[in-house]
Amino acid sequence: MLEIKGLHVKVAGKEILKGIDLSIQPGEVHAIMGPNGSGKTTLAQVLAGRVTYEVTGGTARFEGKDLLAMKPEDRAREGVFMAFQYPVEIPGVSNAYFLKAALNAIRKYRGQDEIDAMDFVTLVQDKAKLLGLDETFMKRGLNEGFSGGEKKKNEVFQMAVLEPKFCVLDETDSGLDIDALRLVANGINAMRSPKRAMLVVTHYQRLLDYVVPDVVHVLVDGKIVKSGDADLARNLEKHGYGWILEEAPRPAPARP
Amino acid sequence: MRPVTDVAVAVDAKQTYVAEFASSEKELGGPKWVRTLRQNAIARFESLGFPTQKHEEWKYTNLAPLLRAPFKPAILARPDGVVAEKLQPFTFGVLKTNQVVFVNGRYAPRLSYLRSLPEGVRIGSMAEMLRSEPRALEKHVARYASFEADSFVALNTAFFQDGAFVEIPKNTVVDEPIHLLFLSASRDLPIVAHPRNLILLGANSHATVIETYAGWAPDVTFTNAATEVVVGPAAVLEHYKVQRESERAFHFGTMTVDQERDSSVTAHSMSFGSSLSRNSVSTIFRGQGGSLTLNGIFMPRETQQHDNYTRIDHVAPSCTSVELYRGILDGRSRGVFNGNIYVRKDAQKTVARQTNKNLLLSKEAFVDSTPGLEILADDVKCNHASTIGQLDDNAVFYLRSRGIDEEAARNILTYAFVADVVNQVRVAPIRIKLDQLILSRLPKGAGLGETL
Repeated sequence: MLEIKGLHVKVAGKEILKGIDLSIQPGEVHAIMGPNGSGKTTLAQVLAGRVTYEVTGGTARFEGKDLLAMKPEDRAREGVFMAFQYPVEIPGVSNAYFLKAALNAIRKYRGQDEIDAMDFVTLVQDKAKLLGLDETFMKRGLNEGFSGGEKKKNEVFQMAVLEPKFCVLDETDSGLDIDALRLVANGINAMRSPKRAMLVVTHYQRLLDYVVPDVVHVLVDGKIVKSGDADLARNLEKHGYGWILEEAPRPAPARP
Repeated sequence: MRPVTDVAVAVDAKQTYVAEFASSEKELGGPKWVRTLRQNAIARFESLGFPTQKHEEWKYTNLAPLLRAPFKPAILARPDGVVAEKLQPFTFGVLKTNQVVFVNGRYAPRLSYLRSLPEGVRIGSMAEMLRSEPRALEKHVARYASFEADSFVALNTAFFQDGAFVEIPKNTVVDEPIHLLFLSASRDLPIVAHPRNLILLGANSHATVIETYAGWAPDVTFTNAATEVVVGPAAVLEHYKVQRESERAFHFGTMTVDQERDSSVTAHSMSFGSSLSRNSVSTIFRGQGGSLTLNGIFMPRETQQHDNYTRIDHVAPSCTSVELYRGILDGRSRGVFNGNIYVRKDAQKTVARQTNKNLLLSKEAFVDSTPGLEILADDVKCNHASTIGQLDDNAVFYLRSRGIDEEAARNILTYAFVADVVNQVRVAPIRIKLDQLILSRLPKGAGLGETL
C-alpha cells in the first residue's frame, strides 16, 4: 500500500530524514518509535504533504501513485489521513461544517454525490459515540477551546468519519489520561481492517499496549535503525532507547 | 509631509461647495429654523474646510480623489429609472420589512411600502415632515450630530433635503424591521446627495432598523449621509448599516447615537462597496445602565479604501460597551480603524471592551489600526486590542490535509475570521444575506454555500 524508498528530507536546510525505507501492506499496523528529534514527526508531516518539508531524495508511492507529487488535499482524497500531534484550533468554523466539507470534497473526488444531510447526522452520531464525544461538540468551533485529550479524540473521530485507507497517527497518545487513551485506542482499533493500513508514530509504548502493532521500527537520527515485532516496543519501554543508540551508529557491536 | 497640492485641492473643493450653497440656498428651502441651521452649518464648513491628513482623525485617508471629482447636486440627475425589480438584490430574502426607499437622497414613495404598524409609529420622509410638522423636528435635527468639528456633517446639515424619519412611541414594539434603502443612481453625471435621517425611539420601545446604501457600477456618486438616533429610557434598538455602493462611488456616513438610561443598542456596520468610504459612528451614554454592542466588518478589495471611525462616550456610570471590528483586506486595498472610547470622570462602573482584528489576504493590502481608550474614572473595566495578520498556514494545511482544496480552505478561514461578528446578527435573513455578501467577495466563495 505504501512504499517508501531512500527518503531524504530537509527542514529549514537541515537534513532530518536520511534515507528511510518502509513498506506497509494493507491490513498492517506499523509503529515508528524513537527519541525526541529523531524525525518521527517529519516523516508523518511529509506523508501528509506539508510544504515546509523539503524532499531532497527518495520516493514514496501510495497504491502505486507518486504520493510526494500530490497536493495535500489530493492525498487526503486518495485515502491518506494524518492525525495531527497538534491539531489546529479554528474558531468560527464548526466541527460539523468542517467535517461535512471534508467528507464531500473526498466524495466528489471519488465521483460520489454529496452526503445526504440526514445520513451525515447519523454517521457522525455513531462515530462520536465510539469516542465518547457529546453532541454539542459538533456545533463548537473546530478544536476551539478543546482540551488536549478532546483534540486527539477529534482527530480519531475525523478519521472514523472519513474512513481513509491509510492512517498516520502522529503522537496521538501524548497528553492523554488513561481513560482518554483507552477511548482513542478503541477508536483506532475499530478502524483496523484487512483493507486499511496504519502508521503509528509514538514516543512511548503506552498506546501500543492497546493498539498492538504488526511491525515496530525504531527511528534514530533520521534512519530506521531497527525493526521488529511488538516485543521490540516492550523492550524499548523497559530499557529505553540507550541500547539502540549505542548499537545504531556502527554495525552491531556485541552487547555486554 | 503631505504634498501642498492636497491642501490646494481641499481649498478649491471647499469653495466649490460654498458657492454651490449660495446659488441653491433658496431651492434648499425649509422652515426658518432650518434655513438658519443651514447658514450656520455652511459658515462652519467654510471655516473648517475639508480635513487633510494633518488632522489626526483623517491621518490615513487621502480625500483628494473625492475632492477632485466635480459632483453636482443630485437634483440635476436625470430621471433615474429605478424600478422595484432593481431593488431585489438589496432586500433580505424572505424577511418582511417596512421598506422606505430614497433615490439620490429623495424619498421614492412608489418604491416604498409600510406594513401594518402599531399606533403612533411614524416612518417616512424627512422632507414631508419638514413641511407638515416642522416643530416636531426642530428639537431634534442637528441636536445630536454636531457640525462644530465635522466638515461632512456640516455639509450635510447645509445641503440636506430629505431622508428618513422614524419615530417609535414609548412602550411600542415594532416587530418587522424598518429598512431604509438609499440608492445612488446616475450614469452620466457624478452627483452628490446628503440624506439626513432621524430615528427616535421612545421609552421602553423596541425596533430594528436597517440602513442600506447601494448603487450600481459604474456610477460615480457621492453619498454624504448623517443619521441621528435617540434611544429613550429602556428602549432597545438593533441597527444594521450595509454599505454596498458602486465600487466607483464615495460614501461618507456619520451616525450619532444618544442613549438614555437602561437603553440597549446593537449596531452593526458592514462596508463592502465604494471606492472610498468613511463610516463614522459616535455614541454617547447619557444615563446609567445603558449597553452598546458596536460591531463592524469592512472588506475592501482591489483599490478600495474603507475608513472606520468610532467614538463611544461613557458620560454616565454603569454602562457597558463592547466593540468588535473586523477588517478583511485584499488586493491593494486600504483600511483604517480608529476607535475612541472616553470614560468620563463620573462614569464609574463602566465596562468597555474594544477589539479590532484585521486579516490581510494579499501582500499589497494595508491597514492602519488605532485603538484608543481615555479613562478619567477609577472604578472601571476597560481594555482594547488590535491585531493585523495573515491566514495561518497551519490552519490552511490542516483543512487541506482533510481533502479541502486550497482555495476553499482559504475562503473558509477568511469567513471564519468574521464569523463571530456575523453570528451576533440575531435576524436570520439578515445574517444569511451578510454571509452571502461576505462569501461573494471571496474567490469562488459563493460555492461555499450554506452558513459555516
